[in-house]
Amino acid sequence: MGTGYLRLRNVVKSYDGRVNAVDDIGIDIAKGEFITFLGPSGSGKTTTLMMIAGFEEPTSGTIELDGKDLTRQKPYERNIGVVFQNYALFPHMTVAKNVAFPLKMRGAPRGDIARRVDEALDLVGLRAFAGRYPRELSGGQQQRVALARGLVFRPDVLLLDEPLGALDKNLREQMQVELKRIHREVGITMVYVTHDQTEAMTMSDRVAVFNQGKLEQVAPPLEAYHRPATRFVGEFIGDSNFLAGRLDPAGTLLVDGVGEIGGVGPRPGLGGGGPVHVLIRPERLRVPAQEAPTSFAKVVKMVVGGTVNYGDSLLLIGKMGEVPLRVRVSGGQSSAIQEGAVISVGWALEDMHLIAKA
Amino acid sequence: MAGVVAAPAGQAGLAAAPARGLPADSTPWLLLAPATLALVILFLLPIGYVLLLSVTDPAVSIAHYRRIFSVPLYTRVLFNTFTTALTVTGVCLLLGYPVAYVMARRSDWVSTALLICVAVCFWTGFIVRTYAWLVILGNKGPVVAVYQAFGFGAPPRLLFTTFSSILGMVHILLPYMVLALYSVMKKIDPNLLRASASLGARPAASFRAVYLPLTLPGVVNGSILVFTICLGFFITPILLGTPKDMMISQLINQQIEELLAWGFASAVAVVLLVATSIVLAVYNRFAGLDRLWG
Ligand SMILES: Nc1ncnc2c1ncn2[C@@H]1O[C@H](COP(=O)(O)OP(=O)(O)O)[C@@H](O)[C@H]1O
Ligand SMILES: [Mg+2]
Repeated sequence: MGTGYLRLRNVVKSYDGRVNAVDDIGIDIAKGEFITFLGPSGSGKTTTLMMIAGFEEPTSGTIELDGKDLTRQKPYERNIGVVFQNYALFPHMTVAKNVAFPLKMRGAPRGDIARRVDEALDLVGLRAFAGRYPRELSGGQQQRVALARGLVFRPDVLLLDEPLGALDKNLREQMQVELKRIHREVGITMVYVTHDQTEAMTMSDRVAVFNQGKLEQVAPPLEAYHRPATRFVGEFIGDSNFLAGRLDPAGTLLVDGVGEIGGVGPRPGLGGGGPVHVLIRPERLRVPAQEAPTSFAKVVKMVVGGTVNYGDSLLLIGKMGEVPLRVRVSGGQSSAIQEGAVISVGWALEDMHLIAKA
Repeated sequence: MAGVVAAPAGQAGLAAAPARGLPADSTPWLLLAPATLALVILFLLPIGYVLLLSVTDPAVSIAHYRRIFSVPLYTRVLFNTFTTALTVTGVCLLLGYPVAYVMARRSDWVSTALLICVAVCFWTGFIVRTYAWLVILGNKGPVVAVYQAFGFGAPPRLLFTTFSSILGMVHILLPYMVLALYSVMKKIDPNLLRASASLGARPAASFRAVYLPLTLPGVVNGSILVFTICLGFFITPILLGTPKDMMISQLINQQIEELLAWGFASAVAVVLLVATSIVLAVYNRFAGLDRLWG
């Protein structure tokens, strides 16, 4: 995934000349890729998207599409579709007129416009609503009209800024599936912005994790989940336990509050005995029924302070000595564990992910 | 089920208790009474009296109305009032639209500064502003001074012309137009223009196809406001205008002050009232504009 259809090079944006809202972003997006910009509110996702669309000009850096420099082009000179969180449908036009708008602006012939509007509305399942005004549609329907309008002129890239943010949970999940289907059918490059990590995980080919205007990691969702590049990524995506430790050159890991774990092996960039973060996902921690199997690298005692029952799983929140620990066990084995119980918790070598401490 | 049925009966019993002879639902009417009374005494009675005067003073007839619509002097006043109001409305719209646009689209100090200017204009008494024009356009005023400083010779007559009268009225009514437009423009989602640009519309096309249609409710509101106020304008045309541009209100005043022709003046007032009502009735039909695109 490095072919670079849409390329951002050292893009910096400062609104006030002092703070960089977007700080030296570089990213290569492949043709046809579904990439998600994920990050907390205020981390610069929208600003980056607005620069790709051409609504904001980068303070420095360049944006290229298919080898051509877009950086100074006006939005209407680019061929990039945008779907806004609040839909931004033209309230004085019917659904059909809204979808026809980009074709009209490009001077497409009448017959062509009618046919392509119908196709686009079919794609989102709203052909029957062509004559309605936006205010006569539900939020989900309006979002689909916005999608049809953003796709009908066959843009090179479709940008979506938290498009499902205003919808309730059920509708959101339905629209996620729908969006993926449309992405498959149309095969267009999509850049999707969200602060919802579940959404990012389920929909994307790759996620780009933003934090304070900087890119922390660009990777497929599972890689970002299992092998986060930074502590921030590990904490932002999914539930996590971070332990402090030190890896000596011989490959022995010394974890605060746990002790030595041998055989971790030299790891590139981590061997110097310097401090490391040890990430263990709560669901990778296991609570052995009787004797711990020998495959475990470590078994510790944990005092259960509280439990949260999700039905399909049970989250145990407690302490291993002074170190807080979260353990997720499947729903079936949950009934026996009570608050205040002391349980054994174990994990294998491959359940640990090490990150150099910055 | 029984409990559900019983509840309204119990409530009715409670409501009936303190009624003391009045029907149980008379409270809202009692509350409305002072306002209704004020409206009748201050508004309906005088208008009724004017209506009555117009057909009874000095004798019972509709001769006054015939005169208004048949004597050329008076039809010219009617015609002039409408064309003046139309001109003022048009000029206010042309001048006000760009100002309101900048106010609504910018979010920095420019917008604040303009808003303060408009508000100060709005709250300065219109007589003060009218007299200001007397000074500015007068023989010893700055316009004439500048004109002569450049050595253009004798300045053209500025004061007491149709031009100065319209200028004064535009100045006084412009804030109404700007605020009416601004309130509508401020509510337009800026993302609509971004969306339109991303869909391939150049700025001029965006304005024509998206922005202008969405500001039409403000255009209608502002124009109606300015037009109806202008129909009844009095002080400014008297102070700044010429007698040949007489407006309806001046005619009414003249008939009463100089001729004591109460009946005829009343008839003219009724015509003004009816004309204004027609404008408002037409507006009422278009008032849906607001809700249509809200
Ligand atoms: N138009 C703007 N003017 C000034 N500052 C802005 C503007 N838009 C965004 N910012 C600032 O830039 C930073 C990044 O914002 P944004 O890109 O909207 O983040 P996100 O979309 O990730 O929530 C924030 O600190 C925000 O306050
Ligand atoms: Mg945002």
